[in-house]
Amino acid sequence: MPDSPLFTAAAVAVIAMAIAVVVAVGLQVLRSFRELGTDAEQATYKTLHAASRAGQHLRTGLNPAGAAKASRQLRSLLGSDALAITDTAGVLAWDGAGEDLKPVLMELAAGVLDGGHTAVIPAGEVQELLHGTGAVAARPEVERAAVIAPIRAGTRVVGVVAAFAPSAGAGLVRATSEVADWVAAQVELAELDASRTLLMEAEVRALRAQISPHFIYNSLNAIASFINTDPVRARELVVEFADFTRYSFRRHGDFTTLAEELRCIDRYLLLERARFGDRVQVSLRIAPEVLSTVIPFLSLQPLVENAVRHGLEAKEGPGHISITANDSGAYAEVTIEDDGVGMDPEQLRSVLAGHSDGDHVGLRNVDTRLRQVYGEDNGLVIETAPGEGTLITMRVPKSQPRHDA
Amino acid sequence: MNPVVGIAAFVAVSLATAAFGFYGLRISRTTGDFYVASRTVRPWWNASAIGGEYLSAASFLGVAGLILLSGTDALWFPVGYTAGYLMLLLFVAAPLRRSGAYTIPDFTEARLDSRAARRVTSLVVVMVGWLYIVPQLHGAALAIRITTGLPAWVGQVAVVAVVCFTVIAGGMRSITFVQAFQYWLKLTALAVPILFILFMLASNGTPAAADAAVNPTGAPAAGPYQTISLLVALLFGTLGLPHVLVRFYTNPDGQSARRTTLIVLGLLSVFYLLPTAYGLTGRTFAPGLAQSGQADALVLLLPGRMVGGMAGDLLSALVVAGAFAAFLSTTSGLVVSLAGVISQDLLGGSVRGFRWAALISALVPLGIASMTDSLALAGSVGLVFAFTASTICPVLLLGIWWRGLTDAGAIAGMVTGGVLCGGAMVAGSVLGAAGTPSWLALPAAWTVPAAFAVMVLVSRATRDRVPRTITRLMTRLHTPERPLATER
Repeated sequence: MPDSPLFTAAAVAVIAMAIAVVVAVGLQVLRSFRELGTDAEQATYKTLHAASRAGQHLRTGLNPAGAAKASRQLRSLLGSDALAITDTAGVLAWDGAGEDLKPVLMELAAGVLDGGHTAVIPAGEVQELLHGTGAVAARPEVERAAVIAPIRAGTRVVGVVAAFAPSAGAGLVRATSEVADWVAAQVELAELDASRTLLMEAEVRALRAQISPHFIYNSLNAIASFINTDPVRARELVVEFADFTRYSFRRHGDFTTLAEELRCIDRYLLLERARFGDRVQVSLRIAPEVLSTVIPFLSLQPLVENAVRHGLEAKEGPGHISITANDSGAYAEVTIEDDGVGMDPEQLRSVLAGHSDGDHVGLRNVDTRLRQVYGEDNGLVIETAPGEGTLITMRVPKSQPRHDA
Repeated sequence: MNPVVGIAAFVAVSLATAAFGFYGLRISRTTGDFYVASRTVRPWWNASAIGGEYLSAASFLGVAGLILLSGTDALWFPVGYTAGYLMLLLFVAAPLRRSGAYTIPDFTEARLDSRAARRVTSLVVVMVGWLYIVPQLHGAALAIRITTGLPAWVGQVAVVAVVCFTVIAGGMRSITFVQAFQYWLKLTALAVPILFILFMLASNGTPAAADAAVNPTGAPAAGPYQTISLLVALLFGTLGLPHVLVRFYTNPDGQSARRTTLIVLGLLSVFYLLPTAYGLTGRTFAPGLAQSGQADALVLLLPGRMVGGMAGDLLSALVVAGAFAAFLSTTSGLVVSLAGVISQDLLGGSVRGFRWAALISALVPLGIASMTDSLALAGSVGLVFAFTASTICPVLLLGIWWRGLTDAGAIAGMVTGGVLCGGAMVAGSVLGAAGTPSWLALPAAWTVPAAFAVMVLVSRATRDRVPRTITRLMTRLHTPERPLATER
């Protein structure tokens, strides 16, 4: 058993991997030794590098994890003994020596947080305060002065940057306030990021399709016509209508499963058939593997409604809609095809691009949502021509651990 | 054996597979009153599909061969293969289904919030898949050589060609039905001939050719270390097999995922009675096969040898068909899931990308298989299980059941397990069969604990890297989900 071919196969694989790792590391090392440049260039590079590294960590705003990593970079930038970042409530990060000063930092920073001006606190004063709290009995070997600069986001002071060094020279004071301003810029960027995310979420929510008023009006009329002639059917239709509206008006969640969406389409078609009779024929071919795929809420129903309203309503004689859902690798592929009047591709393109408000806003709505949720490559694919019917294809990744149905 | 028998059996199975794949779902419904509930995959169907995909060349040919060679020691293989599902049932099935992640790399990315962890997992998954396809192709080579006398590579190329064709042409769309069909085909293909043989032996009163309690090759019995190591590999290895886990997403919710696993346990237990019966019959009535080094072909040769004539040919054809069903179903299941991983991580997830990825996932193992020789199918697959148990299994178990797992810990553990287990495999191949001590030949007993230990220790050391969304994620994994809207 041990001499199996698998050993040889594994050996080849492991050796290939080892070679790849060695080559990759080698290239990395080589690259770092190349083109070091003059001292001034190097200094500039180092400063910018430290700043950009720190910037990455602050990109999520002022929080302990990001501040801790950023403070390391910023302390090397300032060359001070210690550097601390706080928000308005407490110390977020402390890097470097003299951590015994940590308990009094908020007290030292109180004035800066209120006034919004950089403060320099001489070494003696810092020590006095420390003794006053009784936190430390013995004097430390090095006494340090503190430079505390406010982080100003807009008009608010959201925290301070504090640098500690044996003596607080003018250079350190200026550098510290510059660093604080730079941190402020990052924090503002982070806030901007957060509000952009909020905006996108709001947009997605706003785009969440509404059922069309035409449909409500038409359905109620169709039901009304059955009340005298076929009261049992009228009652069933009213129940279907109620179920349909309950689904479409639900408030929770932006996602649903393909199975639930298909059920909604079933109710929708039942109501449409009350109006159109046998003119609407529907066939389905759904692979059971994809029924539990998560899709955006009400993303298929508008497509079917589009097929009924714009494909079949305008057409003479019976029309046929076929809905399929297939397993396609890591994606689920849903197609909706009708043999109705079709659309002009140019006009459709301009509707999808948002240039004109044609009859197909439902399509644009779904397309935009799909692109926002799954990326630009995953919009609707629509094949159509006047008189040739329409085929709409939607591809959704099966794996969506972040989306709750 | 009549060569026509083998070829006919292979062609018939390939055609049936392709037909099921392409036309299994062509039954359209023309009325609007469809009920989604009637269309979800029932646990029975899905369990058959899992069984079909899981029962590979090792189970179909290897187990019987190994029982012929080493008797009761080899019984641990079917025990381990089946009991792995108990672990899956207890620890993984339902939470994984609820996670919403579709592949193991997806799961690690979602759980650990790290692209790097995802890449490492993808790499491991692809390696596991390739290593697992190789024994299937060796099985195909063996079957073709034994039954038709054609050169061995014909079998490998034929299996790869059929799998590539069906996967790339979209024939795996109704994969559940294809695989379920394969399970019942495999069961029938083993059950009918062995029952026939047993009835015949009982009515003839043929005297036994050898004592079933003695190993025909005189091989010594396995020690406790070998048994424990093997069981660790098989129990934990099942948890990480990419093609098995994907099946669970076909279940509508976590509860039916559990029910499916329970049925799978039953189906596998029934199935493994048969290779055991073959092995035992072989030990008693055809010990010569072991001495001539044809143990893995025992299942293929026994019907012809015991029955003979026209009936023997027909029974052989059935067994050969079952064997090819085993190669085709496992290989295609693996190719589909590997292609999913490769196309998503390297080729951007397009339809074209998926096809190319499928081609890559099938051709690389073909290359490896054609360069190497088949020796013991069950043993080779056992090693793949050891590799999976040392890499993917710890990530899954700790990821699901321990809040403290971090991306750094997961990567460190996977690399440790992979390097140790891979190193043991390499060392084994360098030293040769005779010179390998048993702790290198069966490494799982120490590589699996090592991987777990490294994962836990590094995670403790990098405690601040636990994703902030952990509570939400854990809630999702471990609380029942809303039921699908399948009934009114």
